[in-house]
Amino acid sequence: MEPALDVHRLHFAFTVTFHYIFPQLTMGLALLLVYLKTKALRTNNEHYNRAARFWGRIFGINFAVGVVTGIPLEFQFGTNWAAFSRAAGGVIGQTLAMEGVFSFFLESSFLGLFLFGEKKLGRIGHWWSAFLVWLGSWLSGYFIVATNAWMQYPTGHRVDSHGQIELASFWALLLNKWVLWQYAHTMLGAMQTGCFVMAAVGAFYLLTKRHESYGRTFVKGGVLVGAVAAILQLFPTGDAQGKLIADNQPVTLAAMEGLFETQRGAPLVILGQPDVQKRRLDNPLQIPSMLSFLTYQQWTANVRGLDAFPQDQWPDMIALLYYSYHVMVGLGTIFIAVMVLAALMLWLRKLYDSRVMLWALMLCVPLPYIANTAGWMTAELGRQPWLIYGLMRTAHGVSPRVGAGNAWFTLIGFMGLYTVLGILWLFLVYREIEDGPEPDDSLHSEPAIAVAAD
Amino acid sequence: MGTIWFCLVAIMITVYVLLDGFDLGAGAIHLLVAKTDAERRQVLASVGPVWDGNEVWLIAGGGTLYFAFPALYAGGFSGFYLPLMIVLWLLILRGTSIEFRNHIISRVWDPFWDFLFCVSSLLLAIFFGAALANVVRGVPLDASGYFFEPLWTDFRLGEQTGILDWYTILVSVLALLVLVMHGALWVRMKTTGPVNKRSAKLAANSWWGVLILTAAVTAITFGIQPQVKENFITWPWGFVFPLLAVAGIAGVRFELVKRDERKAFFASCAYLTGMLTSVVFGLYPLVLPARNPVYSLTVANAKAADYGLKVGAVWWTIGILLATGYFTYVYRSFGGKVVVAKDQTYH
Repeated sequence: MEPALDVHRLHFAFTVTFHYIFPQLTMGLALLLVYLKTKALRTNNEHYNRAARFWGRIFGINFAVGVVTGIPLEFQFGTNWAAFSRAAGGVIGQTLAMEGVFSFFLESSFLGLFLFGEKKLGRIGHWWSAFLVWLGSWLSGYFIVATNAWMQYPTGHRVDSHGQIELASFWALLLNKWVLWQYAHTMLGAMQTGCFVMAAVGAFYLLTKRHESYGRTFVKGGVLVGAVAAILQLFPTGDAQGKLIADNQPVTLAAMEGLFETQRGAPLVILGQPDVQKRRLDNPLQIPSMLSFLTYQQWTANVRGLDAFPQDQWPDMIALLYYSYHVMVGLGTIFIAVMVLAALMLWLRKLYDSRVMLWALMLCVPLPYIANTAGWMTAELGRQPWLIYGLMRTAHGVSPRVGAGNAWFTLIGFMGLYTVLGILWLFLVYREIEDGPEPDDSLHSEPAIAVAAD
Repeated sequence: MGTIWFCLVAIMITVYVLLDGFDLGAGAIHLLVAKTDAERRQVLASVGPVWDGNEVWLIAGGGTLYFAFPALYAGGFSGFYLPLMIVLWLLILRGTSIEFRNHIISRVWDPFWDFLFCVSSLLLAIFFGAALANVVRGVPLDASGYFFEPLWTDFRLGEQTGILDWYTILVSVLALLVLVMHGALWVRMKTTGPVNKRSAKLAANSWWGVLILTAAVTAITFGIQPQVKENFITWPWGFVFPLLAVAGIAGVRFELVKRDERKAFFASCAYLTGMLTSVVFGLYPLVLPARNPVYSLTVANAKAADYGLKVGAVWWTIGILLATGYFTYVYRSFGGKVVVAKDQTYH
């Protein structure tokens, strides 16, 4: 493998992983903001408006970092992956351009109004601005996932005599069967991040006995929405994704599960370390026949292992892929346990007084971020060695004239810049949480920053 | 179909320059026209609610370029690797300095972001100017459809060009002056008091530089890119574009004297539109000229297949109409002069 290729891969992996810390929270929070604004409208209680303003401030900081770290991703398709862009730009450029035209304009316009225009817009108008920010951010997610889905499962295209990949069916690209499940799964992941963050801040307030009325609102909203999302994450969306992979990327499934040998009644691996050289799993902890059942609904079904495929078709980082997948699934299971238990205690009116459960909710806050990252690593490492599955190998997509030296230069630059950005983001979000929402008994409640007047 | 998309991309780039141009310009003059905290918050408030939406025109324009002219996106972006990455870093620094500044009031916090906002805006104006000049001058493309330009070579216009040479630097300076003028006219329109007065003065001063450099760069460009002369001779109606620029620049002066702040800003918009459309008209059908004309990327050899372009024309039209609607609404909502609270006390 050429060294330049590795640097370009690391370049994209690093910038996209860092970027996705932010949109997963904005997409999740956008929905919760609509929830709070709806509550405010229906109960006519100013408490919910203040709560929405508090989360709006955190949303704003998060959104800004998301925007500035998102622009490099679109550019990198051209700068670092020029051969890929040249061949497939006519197809994936469609969805990327649609993201800009349909979602970013909507999102950025109405976020400005949501953050700065509450007084001017009035109650109903402000609800609409929250709703349109949510719509914009979720549409944006759709176009991005549709782009990725096409790379996972190319459809609606045709390859011309020069090797150019052309769009042949717009609707096949947009309504790819892969995108529908992948989108639902991705959005539920973002919802869980939003819910865990909101519940954790609520738990923090309740445990430290500050802003307690808000603490209860945040814990309740986070847990109710989060419990539903956690369950749907596993079934049906996770399950359906698994079946799509089994049908269309069987070698990926084998690598994810650490299944080296083809077998009837294949076991489901819970723990164990894959040794790719010796083609075996060390220290395995397995549930017999479970993988066969989950994949084909038959305990004795035959599941193809890595040995069924030529080695040049194997994903090139099997161990990392295996761990990413297991971390995602393991954490997803923990989320169901925590959220369902919390929801149950909420129903029994015991949650707000249970220090153990509040501590658990507070400490869970980094986990959905890790699970979302691990999920994307599973999708992207699982697609290897292909850039476009079955059509173009990753090694053939890289920019032919951009050497390792220049790629390292910019990668190091991004690493430095993003380290500073990450620290500032944590610092500012923590300050907002420290300051908290405006007290419930405050006489005027106005948007914190009013910039424009007639 | 290719020509239609050539025009649509040109429109998106023009709108981007008009809109993000004023907030870049506002950033570039930030430290000059605003001295106290309240004055600086005036400048920031004049761009605060809209800068992000303005920048979306860059992202949407980039995406449109990507699917309409994939070979241009691939060849151009990988060839301009280093300057584009630097532009990305500057965009990151600028965006965060606008958004982070007002979260903390401290003698070490906001002056730092003010400085960063100013410097990153200034450098972006320079880099955008250099990028445009590189496209006009032509790049060392070869038969593969790729090239790679270092930041500079010998500053001459030879075969192996760098991003910066005497011509591109000259255009960079013009770009900076133009955006300073454009930004100053915007800030003047949106503010009151000392900031308003300083901006008016700055706009009037930079106007002379813009005038002189516009004349010089135009004359030099005719010598450097033969396609420009050819196009204006073949289609003389194309002179409406440079005429618009001339009318715009004259209008700026006229309105500066007459003191109509809105009209002066719109005259500056007309000037910018005239300049950019002149360049685009002069380059057609080239989308990225090569130093060796044989290898130039043109509308015909860089465009995507027709089916995709036709479908794109449908959704693009719908999407841009919607976006125009949002922008009209947002700019109306934040119309008029900005009002900010008095100087905040430091802790």
